[in-house]
Amino acid sequence: MSEALFGIHGAALEVRSKRMGVLASNIANAATPGYKARDIDFTAALDAKLAQGQSKTNGASPTMPTPNDAHLLYRTPTLASLDGNTVELNREQLAFAENALAYSATLSFVQGKVNTLTRALKGE
Amino acid sequence: MSDPRPTTLFTLTERAMSAQLLRMNAATSNLANAGSVASSADQAYRPIRAVFTAELDRASGLTSVSSGELVRSEIEPTKHYDPGHPLADVDGYVFESGVDESAEMVEIMESARQYQNMVQAMQTAKQLMLDTLRSK
Repeated sequence: MSEALFGIHGAALEVRSKRMGVLASNIANAATPGYKARDIDFTAALDAKLAQGQSKTNGASPTMPTPNDAHLLYRTPTLASLDGNTVELNREQLAFAENALAYSATLSFVQGKVNTLTRALKGE
Repeated sequence: MSDPRPTTLFTLTERAMSAQLLRMNAATSNLANAGSVASSADQAYRPIRAVFTAELDRASGLTSVSSGELVRSEIEPTKHYDPGHPLADVDGYVFESGVDESAEMVEIMESARQYQNMVQAMQTAKQLMLDTLRSK
């Protein structure tokens, strides 16, 4: 249903929201010894989500839902720190900002779709 | 120390903030005790450090931080010969706490930056959530 209405943007918004949580976790653990920074491979996660939706609408046998952390990769630090923590604040800040902007963009696409539909319903 | 509440972006921020606050308090206590003397190596003040541990919440995929425990560092107090000091031992030595002031200052600055960073991230996330909620 949501695929037919929102196209790729519904799934994208979900992945963006998930990525925001992962990046916030990295920022929260900036001082935790041994913590390994993680990030979501956005393209792969989105493809998997769309494929999952496709198999559902086709009425095919429900495939196993991919686990949440299948596209959760570990970041390679520019310079390893002594305590084993791989969070680099500037990188996380940048990734967070980029992700927030992309979330905003996706959200306005979704809103555009809803507006179009509302206008069609009202017959203005 | 497990939190019964589900991990959301807000509880995550709250816990990260209190962890940083604990770290800042520990560094401030160390600074306050810099230069304090005692009459034996055992009584001398030893700097404390907050050690964090990561806590993965599988349901939400968020990793929050736990402000685990305070660890006393093993830095030996420095021994000075000062027979006139009221706290001097029988041989005339006093033991000064081994606090590195510059290291503590750097610790406070770093902690403040990470605290700010978390608050900023939370504000951005909150704004996006509000935008999503208010969309018609």
